Amino acid sequence: MSSSPNLIVPNVSTLGVKEEPGQPLGLFFWICVFWIGLNLFGAIFANVLPLQNPLYENFNAINAAPGLHHLFGTDDLGRDILARVVYGSRVSITVGLGSILIGYGIGAPLGMLAAYRRGRFDAILTTVMYLLLAFPAIIATIAVLSFWTPRSLLKIIVVIGIASIPLVYRVIRTATLSVATKDYVIAAKVQGATDRRILMKELLPNIAPIALSFFLIGVATIIVLEGALAFLGLSVNPPTPSWGNMINEARTVLSQNIWLALFPSLALCLFLIALNFIGDRVRAHFDVAENKL
Amino acid sequence: MKRLVLLVGIVFVISVGSFYLIHLLPGNPATVILGFGATPEAKAILYKQLGLSKPIYLQYFVWLGNIVHGNLGISFISQTTVSSVIRSALPIDGEIIIISQILAFAAAIPTAMRSARKPDGIVDRILGAGSFTLLSIPPYILIVVLVLFISIKLGVSGTGPSAYVSFGTDWITNLESLSLPAFTLATGSFVVYYRVLRSDLIATLQEEFITMARSKGLSQRRIMWRHAFRPSSVALLGAASVNIGGLLAAGFIVQYLLQIPGLGYTLILAINESDFLVVQGIVLTVSVLVVVINFFFDFIINMVDPRISRE
Repeated sequence: MSSSPNLIVPNVSTLGVKEEPGQPLGLFFWICVFWIGLNLFGAIFANVLPLQNPLYENFNAINAAPGLHHLFGTDDLGRDILARVVYGSRVSITVGLGSILIGYGIGAPLGMLAAYRRGRFDAILTTVMYLLLAFPAIIATIAVLSFWTPRSLLKIIVVIGIASIPLVYRVIRTATLSVATKDYVIAAKVQGATDRRILMKELLPNIAPIALSFFLIGVATIIVLEGALAFLGLSVNPPTPSWGNMINEARTVLSQNIWLALFPSLALCLFLIALNFIGDRVRAHFDVAENKL
Repeated sequence: MKRLVLLVGIVFVISVGSFYLIHLLPGNPATVILGFGATPEAKAILYKQLGLSKPIYLQYFVWLGNIVHGNLGISFISQTTVSSVIRSALPIDGEIIIISQILAFAAAIPTAMRSARKPDGIVDRILGAGSFTLLSIPPYILIVVLVLFISIKLGVSGTGPSAYVSFGTDWITNLESLSLPAFTLATGSFVVYYRVLRSDLIATLQEEFITMARSKGLSQRRIMWRHAFRPSSVALLGAASVNIGGLLAAGFIVQYLLQIPGLGYTLILAINESDFLVVQGIVLTVSVLVVVINFFFDFIINMVDPRISRE
């Protein structure tokens, strides 16, 4: 049974062009998935895990190097760096997921509708989105967050989420456009399928790989942005730890304590590498050209 | 022409956005900006600047009228005009960005060509993996690591925090103090340019005119530079154009760490001191600058490849 498809479907590869449906995911992909899973687990169960209190200031162990009592060492106030790195992942992950969900919640339906309906609705909406895209996202978020005080996690999520809407809109609209003119969509229309059915059953499953890939890369981009805001002191207020504000705190004690800069940086970079790699593999696996993102 | 209309539209959106920032402040803008102990004279100046006694849509026009005349208001911390603050800070950003772009192009063009010559070869794979990793290292981590190892561990003088000297004072020390920031920005740009140019070159090298050039027996180097790089440079310019906003923002971050008095450092200081008119002025200037530079790049791309404007 297993070999029969090969007999029925001949190999159509010609002219030396590879006709593989997509690249295999590979081992490193699953290592990355495991790593993201581990980070999510740590973020969710930080309270339950045998970690020290991330806010407890132990003045007997200031700027300590990694050791048995403090696996990652301590910061300039004697707080355990390991605990702060694990708790700090909460801010990054919450902002990353929360903002991209706002971006997808508004940008994706608009993008699909615009590409499906076309006409004046599409023209106006696309122009508006391009106008919004011209405002550099990071400068806009810095500006809004510096005036819209006092800052809170929710405000940060909302501001970055709104800033991500035009980007999501553009990706989803482009993806839908390339699908909306395919024969099977026209066939569905001819058969009298409702718009709702075409959007949900024909278009959505076909843009899902691009949407998923951009979702992961979007989360990574937003985490970088939140880190930049935190580094500039515009994210959640201390003493709540986040990867970005830990690096910011390390800034002033770089010559005494390299561990405070190194561990949150490492945590952030590894998380980003894993996310970007998974996003890229998903794209390659479903054989989407890189320039579509 | 259509692009010019779009440019005006974008600048309008930016001006409305920057104007409205003041009204995001909790409470009466005058009280928040000036503090409670403000003198009546200072209040009068601010009311005149922002038109605060008028309804909000008229305030916009009062404010816009001032901006068009180059009057961005007065910093209530340093008592100097916002436009002079910006004028003294902006060249530093410009210098960092220009140096970084020269470095990035100098590194990206030869490496992309090397990769494109043998796609999936050993060099291409190493460069691919390396650039992918660099893609996941944000500038605020790269600059911290660089300062940690080069300025602090190796003790290279003139590269650490607050080592900045202006170009006019001593240009060698000035370049030393900007070397790490420029390198950080260059790394971020290099990754983008390398990836864009590599994939575009690979596509270009499959074209028939390349086969034609090969069959004429032209040298590999000549084919790369004269026949393949020229059409691919359009993609490179496009990437550089999109990159400008991110570069300015990354510049803010490196300046903040090293206390280099460019726009970014000035901006963060102003935010921490609640000097809101300076913040507003910098945000407006930077946003308009990004848009105008993008517009300028579009113009150049059209010159290099006239086919694009006809699409």
